[in-house]
Amino acid sequence: MTTSAPPRPPQSPDRPKRRRGDRIFAGSATGAGIFILVVLAGVAVFLVAESWPAVVAPAEDVSGGEGLTSYITPLIFGTLLASVIALVIATPLAVAIALFITNYAPRRLAAGLGYVIDLLAAIPSIVYGFWGIFALAPALVPFYAWAERNLGFIPLFAGPASATGRTMLTAGIVLAVMILPIISAISREVFSQAPALHREAALALGATRWEMIRMAVLPYGKSGIIGGAMLGLGRALGETLAIALVLSASGGITFNLISNSNPSTIAANIALQFPESTGLQVNTLIASGLALFVITLAVNMLARWVVTRRADFSGAN
Amino acid sequence: MSQTVSPPRTDHPDLPGPVRTRRRLPRYAATGLYLAGLLLGAVLSALSGFNPALTVIYGVAIGTVAVYAASRAVEGTRKATDRLVTCIVVTAFGIAVVPLVWLSYTVLDRGLTRLDGTFFSNSMVGVVGEGGGAYHAIMGTLIITALAAVISVPIGLLTAIYLVEYGSGRLKRAITFFVDVMTGIPSIVAGLFAFALFTLLFGNDVRLGVMGAVALSVLMIPVVVRSSEEVLKLVPNELREASYALGVPKWRTVVKVVLPTAIAGLGTGVTLSIARVVGETAPLLVTVGLITSTNLNPFDGRMATLPVFAYYQLTQPGTATQAFLDRAWTAALVLIILVMALNVVARLISRFFAPQTGR
Amino acid sequence: MKGPELKLSTTTRTAAVSAALAGTLALTACGAANERSGTSSEGSGSSAEQLTGDLVGAGSSAQQAAMQAWQAGFNTAQPQVNFSYDPVGSGGGREQFLAGATDFAGSDAALDDEELTEAADRCGASGVFELPNYVSAIAVIYNLEGVDELNLAPATLAGIFTGAITNWDDPAIAADNQGATLPDQAITPVHRADDSGTTTNFTDYLSQAAPEVWTSEPDGEWPLPGGEAGNQTSGVVAAVTAGNGAIGYADESQAGDLGVARIRVGTEFVAPTPEAAATVVANSPTIAGRGEHDLAVEVNRATTSADEYPIVLVSYHIGCVEYDDQAKADAVEAFIGHVISEEGQQAAADAAGSSPITDDARSKAETVVEAITAAA
Repeated sequence: MTTSAPPRPPQSPDRPKRRRGDRIFAGSATGAGIFILVVLAGVAVFLVAESWPAVVAPAEDVSGGEGLTSYITPLIFGTLLASVIALVIATPLAVAIALFITNYAPRRLAAGLGYVIDLLAAIPSIVYGFWGIFALAPALVPFYAWAERNLGFIPLFAGPASATGRTMLTAGIVLAVMILPIISAISREVFSQAPALHREAALALGATRWEMIRMAVLPYGKSGIIGGAMLGLGRALGETLAIALVLSASGGITFNLISNSNPSTIAANIALQFPESTGLQVNTLIASGLALFVITLAVNMLARWVVTRRADFSGAN
Repeated sequence: MSQTVSPPRTDHPDLPGPVRTRRRLPRYAATGLYLAGLLLGAVLSALSGFNPALTVIYGVAIGTVAVYAASRAVEGTRKATDRLVTCIVVTAFGIAVVPLVWLSYTVLDRGLTRLDGTFFSNSMVGVVGEGGGAYHAIMGTLIITALAAVISVPIGLLTAIYLVEYGSGRLKRAITFFVDVMTGIPSIVAGLFAFALFTLLFGNDVRLGVMGAVALSVLMIPVVVRSSEEVLKLVPNELREASYALGVPKWRTVVKVVLPTAIAGLGTGVTLSIARVVGETAPLLVTVGLITSTNLNPFDGRMATLPVFAYYQLTQPGTATQAFLDRAWTAALVLIILVMALNVVARLISRFFAPQTGR
Repeated sequence: MKGPELKLSTTTRTAAVSAALAGTLALTACGAANERSGTSSEGSGSSAEQLTGDLVGAGSSAQQAAMQAWQAGFNTAQPQVNFSYDPVGSGGGREQFLAGATDFAGSDAALDDEELTEAADRCGASGVFELPNYVSAIAVIYNLEGVDELNLAPATLAGIFTGAITNWDDPAIAADNQGATLPDQAITPVHRADDSGTTTNFTDYLSQAAPEVWTSEPDGEWPLPGGEAGNQTSGVVAAVTAGNGAIGYADESQAGDLGVARIRVGTEFVAPTPEAAATVVANSPTIAGRGEHDLAVEVNRATTSADEYPIVLVSYHIGCVEYDDQAKADAVEAFIGHVISEEGQQAAADAAGSSPITDDARSKAETVVEAITAAA
């Protein structure tokens, strides 16, 4: 990460005029940058404008008949729940994988192994949906039955266990697989940047490999891991079709992860309801899309803040 | 810490007595123990009715415990913890590979049935039940993705150039920040945006291939910007300075020196960003719709695309359900092949066009 | 040192790009093998005059499979008409039709009053036609080991889906199935996760046939919390197939090997058959106060005739009675004509498992089709 600014071109005092080519080029580059801002503002404006009718509509006209808030709340809950499950599963795995690739695997294999994990990111989400519904969900049914019998005292596994396996936990696992490559790629990046001197110093003092990692690599990479996890969370929040296919969504707010009644997620709900919706229903769905946009925005801003903080204070320079 | 420092005696013949040398497990003992644990796990699960998942879980658990116990007995706590972590880390990698292999197997297993000539040469016109193909959908995906690239690459690249070569102050910070924010736009929201934009512009409920391309661009631009920015930053400043010293204007320096030097990285970034959007389903579902015939003109009416095709084949089967399912899986397989191919292309580009600057 | 290398790589790049372009062009040029019918089609054997132009429809995804069959048959007779149908969903289909973006809509529900007013703008004074051309029996499917036959009264069915009846050995179910042995097994009711015409029709049936148990309004979105949900018909079927003790509702043609419950109509238990489904639609009154070409029906869910099966999905074709230009009017007339023909209905039945409309309904529809004209 060399962030030194490129040098300015020489501008001798006797030639104050910039050439036309330069002006055009600089102008179009700046224009492209501003265009992006406009697009993003456009997305926001359109979301607000299109969801406004649903915000001001009388409560009984909104789908569900109890107003916008009570329509969206379970969806937000479902979105967050699925994403948090994914995060809880994926983050430790991803960190371990990143450690394996950067610190354990034979150097010659490391790049190849990294590529294998990156392949997970290349698989289209609809294929994850196919896999989840046809392969993963049925395979998890016995586990859910077991969890209900033996762990049923924990509210998360209260059951009754789903007979089809299309539960919130399954959706979370699918999401976890999908965000795994994101978190592990970023963690790998920061781990490989851990100062070699610190690592060597730790080893020279007789530390075992794990002690070296704990003392030199993890503290350095901590905010990178957090940032990666946040980015993964952003991806998980917006995931649409994999959830729409895998999750048995029937509304309500529940922490029960293994039953067949689960809250839907915002994105999946839009995909499922949009085709048959008209009028105010469309506005309601777009309002939920706005909520999703705001949540992902917040998560991403948080992630960036954490990551930049590392860049500023890690002493990497 | 000091007790671990155990200098070999040979190097320091003048040391008083032999410092206590740590006992170590023989080189292959840990691996051997782990494998033995795996085997025992297999035996255990075979006793209680064979189940592949249980076999692995038992095996890994027993193997890990065996290694930890042996190491702890022989080598002490610290070394044992180290070995334990090694086991965990290796297992984690193994766990990540499981879904990849499983998924690839599932898709290959079910998708190969229809991976034939007809699938690539026929559309769904006049197809009732079996037969038919995804020619129209494949072409649609290629065209829409290409169009999205045509929109995104110039904008993304120029923005990256602005950020690296021109930008300063508040505008630069704002763009950097909002590009990051843009990477987080959920794909369905991008689709809704394109949908509303075109409805606004053209009044009616239009469905055009280019709507899909716009939706995909919203997702693609930030990826292009991010990757290009990183690559452009890596171009050594000496090259720019040399160019300026020769009196070359800045824009020609960028076009003739900076971009060619970075071309490999730029190509890789663009290809990866294409791979990122080519499999997007949700935005296309709400913007381009689906038709059964071939439409190669993205500015005139609906188009079929591979992900949407797969989705509808799966969810709207007729009476010949299996034929529809087979087509859905084959479409998924083709989609994966497409994305993988793009990834390989990206790797090749970065290797093939890598500048010989010895950086 | 740098110059020549750059030049070299530029040349290579150009070569690579042109090779790729050539490849793409070659691929593009060949077109879909099954679309090269051209003018010398064998289908031109029919006596009908050859029409040209575009015919664009959009709407109900439930009709998608049938639509492919109709398109195949229609294009055999009229190979020059460029037909397309986008399964965007009924709501979107109606909206696009009313906005003038499509020529006709496929919809699982008739236009509501507000939409009828819009339709007057879209189609002018002669108004719209609405034809119930796609009728499909909705079967109550179940998966229960050892139970091959199941009878259900409307109130029992509603009780199962509201969650009031939770076990298969419930006395209410036993009362419907005299002499059968029902296992002690929890019931998993499965409903659609997506907004769908199937759900609208199913809940409409429950609210009319068992109003004291089912108190929710008919809705395309499943109105109650809880229960298992499947995405689209295939999701419901998959969920029912996977879970022992599961019960759901889906197009009769998709039931496969699953058990199909017989529903009490009047005093008898009736199985979903194409004939019984078509009959109930044919005998149902059309909605009053609409144009003469509007055959939107109010399905008689509370029927007591044992020839009728009241849980049906009725999906409409909605179009203008008067189009702006002749080619469009001819194309719509020819297409809908094909759809309602015996041959067309049979093709849909084979491909999608729909119920062919009765001869009586056909003759009514034919009058409407003949009335389709172009503005003078």
